[in-house]
Amino acid sequence: MSGLIGRSVPRLEDPALLRGQGRFIDDIRLPDQLEAAFVRSPHGHAAIRAIDKAAALALPGVHAVLTLDDLRPHLRIDRLAVGLPSPSYRQERNRPALAADEVVHVGEPVAIVVAADRYIAEDAAALVAVDYEPLPAVGDCRAALGPDAPPVHRGAAHNLLAEFDMGYGDVSGAFAGAAHVLRESIWQHRGGGHSIECRGTVARYEPTEALLTVWTSTQTPHAAQRLLCDMLGRDEGQVRVITPDVGGGFGPKLVFYQEDVAVAVAALTLGRPVKWIEDRREHFVATTQERDQYWDVEIALDPEGRIRGVRGALIHDHGAYTARGTNLPYESAQTVTLAYAVPAYRLDVKLALTNKVPVTPVRGAGQPQGAFVMERLLDRAAQALGLDRAEIRRRNLIAPEQMPHTKPLKTRGGRAVVLDSGDYPACQQDALTRADWDGFPARQRAARAAGRHLGIGLANFVKGTGRGPFEPVTVRVGASGRVQVQTGAAAMGQSTKTMLAQIVADALGGDMANLTVTAGDTAAIANGIGGFNSRQAVMAGSSAHVAAARLRDKLLAAAGHLLEVAPQDLEIVGDRVRVRGAPALGISFGELARALGGTPGFGLPGGLAPGLEATGQVVIDDMAYANGSAVAEIEVDVETGAVTVLKLVLAHDAGLILHPLIVDGQIVGGVAHGIGNALFEWMGFDDNCQPTTTNLGEYLLITATEMPRVDVLHRESPSPLNPLGVKGVGECGVVPTAAAIVSAIEDALAPFGVRIAQTPIRPAEIIALIEAARR
Amino acid sequence: MTDLRTIAVTVNRSRYEQTVEVRLTLADFLRQRLGLTGTHLGCEHGVCGACTILFDGRSARACLMLAVQADGHDILTVEGIAPGPDALHPLQEAFRDHHGLQCGFCTPGMLTTLVEFLRDNPDPSETEIRVAISGNLCRCTGYQGIVDAALDAARRMRAAP
Repeated sequence: MSGLIGRSVPRLEDPALLRGQGRFIDDIRLPDQLEAAFVRSPHGHAAIRAIDKAAALALPGVHAVLTLDDLRPHLRIDRLAVGLPSPSYRQERNRPALAADEVVHVGEPVAIVVAADRYIAEDAAALVAVDYEPLPAVGDCRAALGPDAPPVHRGAAHNLLAEFDMGYGDVSGAFAGAAHVLRESIWQHRGGGHSIECRGTVARYEPTEALLTVWTSTQTPHAAQRLLCDMLGRDEGQVRVITPDVGGGFGPKLVFYQEDVAVAVAALTLGRPVKWIEDRREHFVATTQERDQYWDVEIALDPEGRIRGVRGALIHDHGAYTARGTNLPYESAQTVTLAYAVPAYRLDVKLALTNKVPVTPVRGAGQPQGAFVMERLLDRAAQALGLDRAEIRRRNLIAPEQMPHTKPLKTRGGRAVVLDSGDYPACQQDALTRADWDGFPARQRAARAAGRHLGIGLANFVKGTGRGPFEPVTVRVGASGRVQVQTGAAAMGQSTKTMLAQIVADALGGDMANLTVTAGDTAAIANGIGGFNSRQAVMAGSSAHVAAARLRDKLLAAAGHLLEVAPQDLEIVGDRVRVRGAPALGISFGELARALGGTPGFGLPGGLAPGLEATGQVVIDDMAYANGSAVAEIEVDVETGAVTVLKLVLAHDAGLILHPLIVDGQIVGGVAHGIGNALFEWMGFDDNCQPTTTNLGEYLLITATEMPRVDVLHRESPSPLNPLGVKGVGECGVVPTAAAIVSAIEDALAPFGVRIAQTPIRPAEIIALIEAARR
Repeated sequence: MTDLRTIAVTVNRSRYEQTVEVRLTLADFLRQRLGLTGTHLGCEHGVCGACTILFDGRSARACLMLAVQADGHDILTVEGIAPGPDALHPLQEAFRDHHGLQCGFCTPGMLTTLVEFLRDNPDPSETEIRVAISGNLCRCTGYQGIVDAALDAARRMRAAP
């Protein structure tokens, strides 16, 4: 092989992006194109009595104003049926293609306005007169489950979307015989994905080919194609979805949205391409988010601080519709005990509908919350037992000799949760050593003597990555000699094309410049699942590895036949197969492709099957569990409540590292997201479910001045589940970060006796906690 | 609604004369009229910095300006940073070498901001770089690769001015 694996080779993506020559969704400009804007609900909950389009349609340049009634003749199904299967649903709440006679959150699309350009479309959207009858709205997910709560959907019997329990072992016995029981009530909030590029969709219908082409900034192009086919009553040959360059995904772009189908219908009915680009305000009110979880939990321990059991209840804000499923709280619940030996566990989970934009995964997908709960409980236990926070974790982490370790839990697909590899205690020790955990008390004392409040915090995590079942990759060589790599995986900034090119080129001559990678085009490959859940290096990477190995064998066999040399005496260098030790004797990829492309009336060389093409569809149902340990050292200004992150160490194990620079980039980016979740990001709503943070001045993303330099350490415990030994890395940095930072803040404020059981924790709240503790 | 003005603008060393609606933003003018789609729109309210251009050599948000305000002025966009089609600016090379970009959406604004900053401050500290890009949001990198790239670019540019 060519030695590309494990090297920080230059990214294929960079040359165009650095010159401003990427092609993002808003860069697509088709001849004859029209532009769309949406009329959106200004109410958290309201009935729609009437919609008057006359004034909007009278505006010069307006081509159409379409409501659900206008879409329906073109739709076989008028709701977006996207929920992942689960037995726990108590009601079905799929989004309508556009609101019918009721809106259930601010920002819900009511009508699409199509005009000559976006300026006119927005003018016209303001002229669409919707007669609303406001209805009571409920925004607090705990209140939503109360007996007197107003229904989120008019006429619904209750707001319970789903409920389930998770657990194993003798929980009551564990608590009955415990030496220590600690309780905590925790509020956790995560905000939006906030990719710097918002969403967008462009649709074009070509009647000569009866082909609807939809470009959309999605993480899941094949799912989008399936939804469009289902809803429009078209077959897969009549709908092509193409993902252009995507300016960040972070979860919300894996969802199929009302705007996608509305734009498609507009293009079909108007016979002209239609483009809609989401603006940031729309992103705040119409793109899915994560949001609130309320946990009441307790932990039982023996006298030495060994965990006997964990139990509790979780209420999860689901938003107004099901745009993904019950997976978020499921992953939260499942994550709680992963890293530790917990003999008994029980969590009762309720998903509450609220009159807010739907909740679906944001980077980490519920798992940071599960980790946060466990780490808070362990800190409580350490405080109660007088143990060092690292020591109590050491006593409870799953030991390396227990690997592979089966947890008595099932993934959402019903598979056993088997921790496949890793040395969790060693990883924790790596982080502690690098952060000089043992030397911290002296630093803290010195700072306190100078009136400064330093704190240190530690958090561990284990994260399921590489969600199955598969992600296909086809590798093909044509007469040009160029290697085409086509995949169902979707690229949104994580270097997916480079990752696949690296794996394929490693087997096929080592020249990444001779590869073209196509990701996110349903016409290029029939099946695909897409980019989420830290899955693509595991799933698509494995398929690429297998496909490239098969194609390599065929190239060698064909060349061996044509050169009359045994294949084992051949090597592949660049785009040629040549004789070892006699590099002048060889044959190019292009010549081999022509030979296997067939000549009319002549046999194929060596009796080989036609063509130079191989597909890998590696099926892996079990998840590869990555792990890591974060140590944060922070300073709190007790006068202002401001928190400065001074140092952040993340010791990490995601199996074999394909590309060190990319892996570090993923981890540091995840940490940045986690710091935002700990300290800054908060999506606010008032009592009427009006969003109160709808711009990037009100909703804070971390900037370069708050972001510390992250010290990333690696272990490489190969996963036995895939041929490369890799685990996913895209979400890992986010999982432990908020837990480590909150632990550190609490440590800094120990002189005040402050306890923190929430994220985010913002300056005013820190001041309030200090003042409350002083009273 | 269709109040029109004719403007003359120099963009990336080329002169353009066009008639535009007075409400057309400078960003939309660059992207839609001139086809210079490297200037990206991330928020359209001046916070994210993706649309940053150099306006008479000084960084400005193209989303917060109107095209008519550019009449008679000189603009540099990301497309004009590289010295030619076969070469990259040292800052672009450093971004590539330090993984200073992932999805690439914030990159144009980061580059234009740093081109100005390194011109005015050729030997900056890490803290000064962080302050310089604190008006540019990146959701992918955690800024580390960008900061490393800027430090390295400053070194490269000092070595070969």
